[in-house]
Amino acid sequence: MSYILETRGLTRTFGAVTAAADISVAVERDSVIGLIGTNGAGKTTFVNMVTGYLKPTAGTIWFKGQDITPLHPRQITRRGISRSFQIPQLYGSLTALENLVVAFGIVLRNAKASPFGRVPKLVPGHGMPLREAAEAMLDRFGLSEFRDKPASVLPGGVRKLLDIAMALTVKPEVLMLDEPTSGVSSEEKFAIMDRVMRAARAEGATVLFVEHDMEIVSRYAQRVLAFYDGRIIADGETASVLADEEVRRYVIGGGGRQVEQGVAHAQDR
Amino acid sequence: MSHLLAVVVDGVIYSSWLFIIAVGLTLTYGVMNILNMAHGSLYALGAYAAASFAGYWIAQGHAPMASYGILVLAAAIVGVIAGPLIERGLLRFMYGRDEILLLLVTYAVFLILEDVIKLIWGVDPYFISEPYGLLGSVDFAGLTYPVYNVLLVAVCLIVGAVLAWILRYTRQGKLLLAVIHDREMSQAMGIDVGRMYLVTFTAGAALAALGGALTAPTVSVVPGMGVEVIVLAFAVVVIGGLGSLPGAALGALIVGLVRSAAVHYMPEVELFSIYLVMALVLVFRPKGLFAGAEVRKI
Amino acid sequence: MTAENRTPLLLLAALVVVLVIAPVFPQWQFLATLALAKGMTVLGLLLLLRTGLVSFGQGLYYCLGAYAAGTVGLHWGVTDVFVLLLVAAAVSAVVAVLLGFLLAGYRGIFFAMLSLAFSMILYGLLVKVSALGSTDGFNVAPPTFFGREIAGKDSQYGMFALTCVIVFLTTLAMHRYFQTPLGRLSPAIRDNEIRVEYLGASVRGAVHVKYVIAGVLAGIGGVLTAMTVGHIDPEMAYWTTSGEFVFVAILSGTGNVAAPFVGAFIFELIRTYAYQYSPNTWQMALGAAMLLTILFLPAGLWSLYERLRKV
Repeated sequence: MSYILETRGLTRTFGAVTAAADISVAVERDSVIGLIGTNGAGKTTFVNMVTGYLKPTAGTIWFKGQDITPLHPRQITRRGISRSFQIPQLYGSLTALENLVVAFGIVLRNAKASPFGRVPKLVPGHGMPLREAAEAMLDRFGLSEFRDKPASVLPGGVRKLLDIAMALTVKPEVLMLDEPTSGVSSEEKFAIMDRVMRAARAEGATVLFVEHDMEIVSRYAQRVLAFYDGRIIADGETASVLADEEVRRYVIGGGGRQVEQGVAHAQDR
Repeated sequence: MSHLLAVVVDGVIYSSWLFIIAVGLTLTYGVMNILNMAHGSLYALGAYAAASFAGYWIAQGHAPMASYGILVLAAAIVGVIAGPLIERGLLRFMYGRDEILLLLVTYAVFLILEDVIKLIWGVDPYFISEPYGLLGSVDFAGLTYPVYNVLLVAVCLIVGAVLAWILRYTRQGKLLLAVIHDREMSQAMGIDVGRMYLVTFTAGAALAALGGALTAPTVSVVPGMGVEVIVLAFAVVVIGGLGSLPGAALGALIVGLVRSAAVHYMPEVELFSIYLVMALVLVFRPKGLFAGAEVRKI
Repeated sequence: MTAENRTPLLLLAALVVVLVIAPVFPQWQFLATLALAKGMTVLGLLLLLRTGLVSFGQGLYYCLGAYAAGTVGLHWGVTDVFVLLLVAAAVSAVVAVLLGFLLAGYRGIFFAMLSLAFSMILYGLLVKVSALGSTDGFNVAPPTFFGREIAGKDSQYGMFALTCVIVFLTTLAMHRYFQTPLGRLSPAIRDNEIRVEYLGASVRGAVHVKYVIAGVLAGIGGVLTAMTVGHIDPEMAYWTTSGEFVFVAILSGTGNVAAPFVGAFIFELIRTYAYQYSPNTWQMALGAAMLLTILFLPAGLWSLYERLRKV
C-alpha cells in the first residue's frame, strides 16, 4: 500500500534537548488523524518538520513517494501539503476577503507556473476570478459577514477559521491543523470543527490535527497518535488509544470525566 | 616591509578613531533596538563644543596641556545634555513601535540638530589645533607620527576596556547585558528598562561626542562634518554585528586596516573598499560576525 | 465606482487639466517638472513602503539613471529622449537586479542602511572619476524629441508636457500593478511573510522584483531631473538626497499612487521658499515636519485628503 505521507525515524534536537525522537508514521490517503500529547511532547515540532519550517536532525519525510525532507515550506505547499497555525497567521491590515484574494492570487500564479501539472480549480468552475473564489470560500466557512473587516479586529474563532480557509485555498492533499480549536469557546468549537472537516473532506484532503481537547479528538479523529517526550507512545484507532494505560497517564492526565465522555463518543461511532 | 608597517600603524590609528565613533552606535542598538541616525550630529556637536571650550580655555591663557581634559569634558557635557533631551523628550514616546519608525525619528533629529549647530555656531569653520601639535611627534619605524594619534589609540583602548569592565563586572553592566539579550524577559524580571534606556542613550551620545571632540583638533570644524560619520559607523557596526562590543572592535580593526591599505596602494577605492568589505562580510554572515541567535517565530 | 477604479480617471483628468493650465503659469513649469521627476523616485519608495521596506538608498538609482544618460550624451552625443530614458531604465534595472540578490534578504533597519551604504559607494566612486567631473559633475544637453529639440522658446513646456505624460503612464501602470496577484503580495509581505511562504510564494523573489521596479522608477526620475535641470553631480547619490525622498514618501503617505507627486510638489514648493528666506533653518523645518507627520499623521497627507473627502 502506498502512503500519501510517511516519516521515517524523524528526529530533531536543539542542543541537549530532544524535541522529537525517531518518529515513524505512515499516513493513508483520506484518513483523519489526531495528534495528542502534553505541551512540549513534540506534536508541533512534528508538524513544523513535515511542513518544512524546521529541518530534522535525522530521518526523512516522504510525500506521495517523493523525499521532501530538504524542501522549503513554499515548495512543500506547492506540492500539496498545507497547514494552519496555533496562532492564526493572517494579513492583519487586510480584510478577510482581501486575505483570501491574496491567497488565491498566489495559487493562481503557481498554477500557471507549476512544473508538476497540478492546476487546481480554484473553486468548482475552473478559471473563476479571484474575488469570486474568495467570496465563495468565505461563504463556505460562514464568514461572509466579516468580509470587509480587517483581519486584526476579527474575533478569535473567526481568525482561526480564516487561517484554516487560507490553508485550504491551495487545495492541499494533506492538511495539517495546529490546535484548530484552542482559544475557542466550547460552544463554538464543534461548529468550527464541523465546518472545517466538511470543507476539508469536500476537497478530498487527508487531515492531521493537533489537539488538546479530547472531545474534539474523539469526535473527529479515526486514528490517534499520542506523543510523549518526543516519541510516539501510541498509534491506533481512536477509542483504543484514548483508553490506553500509558496514554491516560502521560497525556490525558486528570479530567477523568472528559476522558470517559471521549471514550464513550469514540465507541458510539 | 616598512611600507606594510606604515599601513598597519595607520590602520590601527584609524581603527581607534572608528571604534570610538562606532561603539556608541552599537551599544544604543543593542540595548534599545534603535539605530540612531543622529549619531553623526552628536559627533559634530562634540567637535563644536570641544572647539569652543578648548578654544576659550587656550585663548584665556590657561595651561594648554589641560585642553585635553577640556576636550573630554566638552564631550561629556554634550552627552549629558543632548542625550536625556532626545531620549526623554522624544524617543521614549515611541518605544515599542516599529524599528524603522524610530530610525526615521532619529533621522528627523539629525536634520534638526544639523541646523541647531548652524544656529549656535554659525557656518564659519572653527580651528582648535593646539592640542594636536602640543605633544610633538614620535618616530617609529622610520616614519613620523604625531603623538596625538598615539593618544587616540590609548583613548580607544581605555574606552574599550572601561566599557567591557562595566558590562561584565558591575551590576549595572550585567543588567544592561541582560536587556541586550532579551528585553521582554528583563522587563518581566523587574529591571527598570526605562532607566537603562536613558543611561545607554546618554552614554552613546557622550561617546559619539567624544569621537567628535577628539577629532576637532585634527580638522576644521564645519557644518556637515557629521554627515559622513553615520555611514562609516554603520559599516563598522554591521560588520561586527549590531549590538556587540567585541564586534565593534573587530569591525573597526578590519575597516581601519582595509582603508589604510586602500589609501596607501589605491586611493581611488578608499570609500569603495570599506563598503565592499561590509558587503562581503554580509554575504557570508548576514547579521555580521558576532550575531545573535535566531528566534523561533511560530 | 470604487476608489480603486476611480483612480485612473482621476489621473487622466489631472493630466488633461495640468497640460491645459500650464501655459498660463510659465514660471511654475520648472518647479512642477522637477517635482514630477522626483515624484517618480518617491513612487518607487511607495512600492517598497507598501511592502514594508524603507530604502535610504534610492539616490543610487536616481544618480545612476542621470549619469548613465548623461554619459551617453556626453560621449556619444545621444540626445533623443526615448533613448536616454531607456538607457537610464536599463542601467538601473541591471544594477538593481544585482544588488537585489543581497538586499532582498534583508528587512527593517538592515535594508534601510544597506541601501544607504550602496548609494554612498556610488557617490564615493563618482567623486573620484575626473572624466565625469568629480564633485562638480557635468552639464547635460537638452533632450531631443524625434530629432526636434525640446529646448528653445517652448522648452519648459515641452519638457513639462513630456514628463507629465511619462508620469501619467507610469502611475497608471503602477496602479494596475497593485491589482495583480504580485502587486497584492506587497501588503501581504508587509503584514505576514510566514503566511506568504506557507501559501507557496517566494517572499524573497517578490521583494527582489519590487526592488528592481523601484530602482527603475528612481532611474527614470533621475534622468528626467537631469534633462530638466541640465546638470548632474554626485550629490544625487549622497544619502541625504535619498533621505529627502524618504521624507517626501512619509509626508505623502502610501494611500494612492498619485500621492507621491502631490507630496513632491509641496516639498519643492516649500524648499524653494524656505531656502530663500532662511537657509540655515531649512533642515530643521524638514526634521520638524517629519516628526509631526510621524506623530500625528502617520499615514501621510493623502490620508488627510481621504478623511476630508469623507466629511
